Amino acid sequence: MSDSVPLTTDHPGQVASATPPAPGRSRRLSDRGLAVAFISPALLLLLAMSVFPLLWALYLSFTDYSATRGGPAHFVWFENYTAILTSAQVHLRALTTLIYVVGAVALQTVLGFSIAYLISRRTHGRGLLTTLFLVPMMLSQVVVGLFWKFMLDAQFGVINSMLGSLGLGQVEWLTRQRTALISLIVVDTWQWTPFIMLIALAGLTAVPKYLYEAASIDRASEWFRFRTITLPLVWPLLLIAVLFRAIEAFRLFDLVYILTSGGPGVSTETLSFHVYKVAFLGFNTGTASAYGILMVLVVIVLTQLYLRYLNKLKED
Amino acid sequence: MAVSVDEAVSTGPVRDHTSPARRFGGRGRSVLEIALLTVLAVVMLFPVLWMIETSIKENRDVYAIPAKFFDFTVTLDHFKDVFVASGGRSSLSGSFLNSFVVAGVSTVLATVLGVPAAWAYSRFAVKAKKDQLFFILSTRFMPPVVVVIPIFLMYRQFGLIDTKLGLILIYTAFNVPFTIWMMKGFVDEVPAEYEDAAMLDGYTRLQAFWRFTLPLLLPGIAATAVFALIFSWNEFVFAIFLTSSDDVRTAPPAIAGLIGGTTVDWGLVAAASVVFALPVLVFAYLVRKHLVAGVTLGAVRR
Repeated sequence: MSDSVPLTTDHPGQVASATPPAPGRSRRLSDRGLAVAFISPALLLLLAMSVFPLLWALYLSFTDYSATRGGPAHFVWFENYTAILTSAQVHLRALTTLIYVVGAVALQTVLGFSIAYLISRRTHGRGLLTTLFLVPMMLSQVVVGLFWKFMLDAQFGVINSMLGSLGLGQVEWLTRQRTALISLIVVDTWQWTPFIMLIALAGLTAVPKYLYEAASIDRASEWFRFRTITLPLVWPLLLIAVLFRAIEAFRLFDLVYILTSGGPGVSTETLSFHVYKVAFLGFNTGTASAYGILMVLVVIVLTQLYLRYLNKLKED
Repeated sequence: MAVSVDEAVSTGPVRDHTSPARRFGGRGRSVLEIALLTVLAVVMLFPVLWMIETSIKENRDVYAIPAKFFDFTVTLDHFKDVFVASGGRSSLSGSFLNSFVVAGVSTVLATVLGVPAAWAYSRFAVKAKKDQLFFILSTRFMPPVVVVIPIFLMYRQFGLIDTKLGLILIYTAFNVPFTIWMMKGFVDEVPAEYEDAAMLDGYTRLQAFWRFTLPLLLPGIAATAVFALIFSWNEFVFAIFLTSSDDVRTAPPAIAGLIGGTTVDWGLVAAASVVFALPVLVFAYLVRKHLVAGVTLGAVRR
């Protein structure tokens, strides 16, 4: 039984591939040549600019090389890795990063989805509203960081000024340990809520209307409709957006660099920022490389997750 | 059958009762939703408006406590300072020019490398195609701070530190994965039969691509290029670590450099930010149809 089935499916394929005459085969060969000629330049560039540097970093991560001291690099094997993985400093940065990623992405998801849901229920002005909401996302992190730094300034910042006129106390947003991380999360949320909103909106507008009509014929409650129709249909796409944001948030550097420079103390030092300090201020290139490779491993795991979900979404 | 009729009859009056109430509730809810949306829109847009306002305020009003929302003196001095310094052209205007060159050239290179590759991936049976495409996209997800360490050493070896060529190369490498993914979507939408038909007419595969498919891809190429342009224009991490001199430095690190001193001219920062962000917003508006694909690096298409 199990033998005969593949045989029968194989046969037509073989016949079909045998029928094209000689010219067809030569054309296919030139197709292959064309494919190689078209793809290899792009791949070569990526190999030279992404893969080769990472391999170099991998090599350096096993050495005690320092970019400023120069001299030959000595192999220290896994010393850098054990040093990083057992360092209390690194654990603290990992915790900061985790709080930041989870806090920012959760806020963005809730807010972004809510805005998308509200917009999707409007019949007029949808395009204009969407466009307006998308503005923060298109700005450079530098502009966003600088501008919020100005707005959150303890003395002449507009946020404190507004709080003042409401009769509330002044807050040292960026110079207090606890509020600095919150400020970072708020600014990131401000910039990237539109991202979640945009993708959630794409999902929401793709939900077929007849499902809602069927539900309203059955007189299903609003909450029931949301829970059984809207959410299951939008969820896969939303998950993609969330994972994408999580990867981006994990890599975040620009905003920290501009807004707080990791301070006050080390309260807003994310892993990215710490790598930078080790590499460019401490000049421990070997240690920084090992640190970086560990971060790349995390990103690879997250990216694999992301791509797997993406693949699933595309196949449906 | 009987059950459904029964149900309909028994709930009939109830429905009559709830219907007006529900309609009223619907209207009240609609008003509430609009109010909520308005509040959210104001919160989201306020920082942008405040930036624009600050850029046209006199210095006195920029630092006013409490902040002045409406009754301030309008001036264009900050914008003048962005472009003109006491000696002539300001260093900021030079960095804008550098940004323009670096973003422009790297976008052209990424397009030239990426579009043919995307076409080849879409049309031909390439070995382990899916794996190759996923590998390509994952290079884009690498943390820039990590990549910049070996790149820095590599560039030092080749004398590419603090050169426009160095920045152009790394930006091209960062935009190629995006271009391939984005363009593959556009190429998939053009039926391969067009090329087959052209080849039956005696054109080679290459000619068929060049004469028939490429013209159809132009809108997609334009949209993709605009996104690549925005990404390079906004990029900060590589720019700050790989460049240092005014001749090479692009706008993002130059603008960030404005807050380095003891006193910060926030009016100038705001004006520079507006000048920097305006082209991005205009371009983003032009490609708004492709935003979902663009911001997910070509991965999600709807």
